[in-house]
Amino acid sequence: MSLFVDIKKKFKGFTLDVEFNSEGQNLGILGASGCGKTMTLKCIAGIEKPDEGRIVLNDKVLFDSDKKINLPPQKRNVGYLFQNYALFPNMTVNQNIGIGVCRRKDKKLIVDKMRELLHLNSLGNRYPMQLSGGQQQRVALARILAYEPKVLMLDEPFSAMDSYLKDQLKEELFEILKMYQGEFLMVSHDREEIYRFCNKIAILDKGKMIITGDTKAIFNHPSCIEAARITGCKNISRASKISDFQIEAIDWSIILSTSTMVDENVKYVGIRAHDVRIATNQMVENLIEVDYVGLSEGPFEDSVIFKSTKGTNECNIWYKRVKTNGDNITQGVIPKHIFFPREKIILLR
Amino acid sequence: MDWSPLFISLKTAVVATIITFFLGIFTAQKVLRVKTKLAWIIDGLFTLPLVLPPTVAGFFLLILFGKKGVIGGTLESMGIEIVFTWYATVIAAVVISFPLMYRSAKAAFEQVDQNLVYAGRTLGMSEIKIFWKVIMPLSLPGIASGGILSFSRAIGEFGATIMIAGNIPKITQTMPVAIYMAVQGNNIEKAKVWVGIIVAIALIAILLMNFFAARRRKYMHKGENQ
Repeated sequence: MSLFVDIKKKFKGFTLDVEFNSEGQNLGILGASGCGKTMTLKCIAGIEKPDEGRIVLNDKVLFDSDKKINLPPQKRNVGYLFQNYALFPNMTVNQNIGIGVCRRKDKKLIVDKMRELLHLNSLGNRYPMQLSGGQQQRVALARILAYEPKVLMLDEPFSAMDSYLKDQLKEELFEILKMYQGEFLMVSHDREEIYRFCNKIAILDKGKMIITGDTKAIFNHPSCIEAARITGCKNISRASKISDFQIEAIDWSIILSTSTMVDENVKYVGIRAHDVRIATNQMVENLIEVDYVGLSEGPFEDSVIFKSTKGTNECNIWYKRVKTNGDNITQGVIPKHIFFPREKIILLR
Repeated sequence: MDWSPLFISLKTAVVATIITFFLGIFTAQKVLRVKTKLAWIIDGLFTLPLVLPPTVAGFFLLILFGKKGVIGGTLESMGIEIVFTWYATVIAAVVISFPLMYRSAKAAFEQVDQNLVYAGRTLGMSEIKIFWKVIMPLSLPGIASGGILSFSRAIGEFGATIMIAGNIPKITQTMPVAIYMAVQGNNIEKAKVWVGIIVAIALIAILLMNFFAARRRKYMHKGENQ
């Protein structure tokens, strides 16, 4: 099973230029809103037509601008879970699930099996409006799986759900996807969803594919600034190389020692907010004197915002830690120094 | 009393509404497919009979269907006459009521979530199946009220009818024309009867429309969630 995509499509002030090969893995496309994720899926499904390029699914050419091939969506056999699920409101759950079944004789059998599989047993005669968001999503999935697509595409599967339900529904979907034998393609702006579901990711920024690769590897070592930002690295500074294991962070005005070798292409340096440490003494490496800017409290985690005393004005440094009631910072004891452990420093192109 | 205007009006309105109904749906579908600026011009053209005075629309029809007109001339050579025949009442009613049907149908189709169409396509449904199983059922309330509006407009048509069909008793004299003639001839009692009938038909149309608009389809009811 594999999906190969290499397409270009021009819009006003924006060009979608995407290339990837799923190679049988579950691929996640991560990108901010409006970067072209949904458009990519629509091109694969055949709803939108790319200006040029090729789309191949398991040796079957879906689109090829050179050979003038453009299969209609009906012939592509691609399962598309829409962001709003797109259930037919005038049909019952059973009718919705059965609509794409081609083998008419087994229709009832297939519908019953899908209902069973997706825990929709008692809901067969309900209409979509009478279901909760999670149930609607399962109906939409059942409808797609009954159609037996060659690839399953999920468009922001949790964006329409209440956040307190999300975690459980994520696990439910995870179980369902494990039963599904084929591969799937998921797009999202939520890095945690992509991390949970996909073993391969592609990062899309303003219509361009920045980087593709193994999910964990990219989260651990994003190699470019866009990848670092979108995988959640909060602290990034312009940088210039000093020596093989030393780099100057310009915005923080400090020279940092690194554990990986600095090559010539490094233009930025970053560190995740979780990896910043408070310095209790001044004997540590990569020590920065900081001013306190503010505290951003969350329910379970707090972010403390600092600014390098010598650095440029706009460049804040975020420090994140698990909430501990009544520690020094919340009691007003502000640390004057923080440090960046050298093995946590990320070098970026 | 001669009841022929009632039957002529009903026959004209029914035939005109059937034509308008399908023509309006068909045109709305086609115009929605046009993605260029042309759609804007076509849309304006199809709405024109709604905003023009009916006599002006009738004047254009007369030019088109008259013996020297583009259409009238061709039909004349085939031995078919339109102007001042019953067909003319139908043509007048169709042209005047068409924008109401067209606009209602277009608005109803536009309200259908485009993602449902896309979903249907990715599930292997043919365009025809998508239209009949998804688009039509979801647009039905709007289309039904468009049909009723067209019927009421067709049965009340006066200006264009008098221009192109004239006032020939028992052939082209519809109820609105009969009212005008009765008042002209100072026959107020006769006019009152026709007015009464038209008001009754209008009231029924309003009731029917409200019925369709207010009727919550069964799937729109929010049931109890489990």
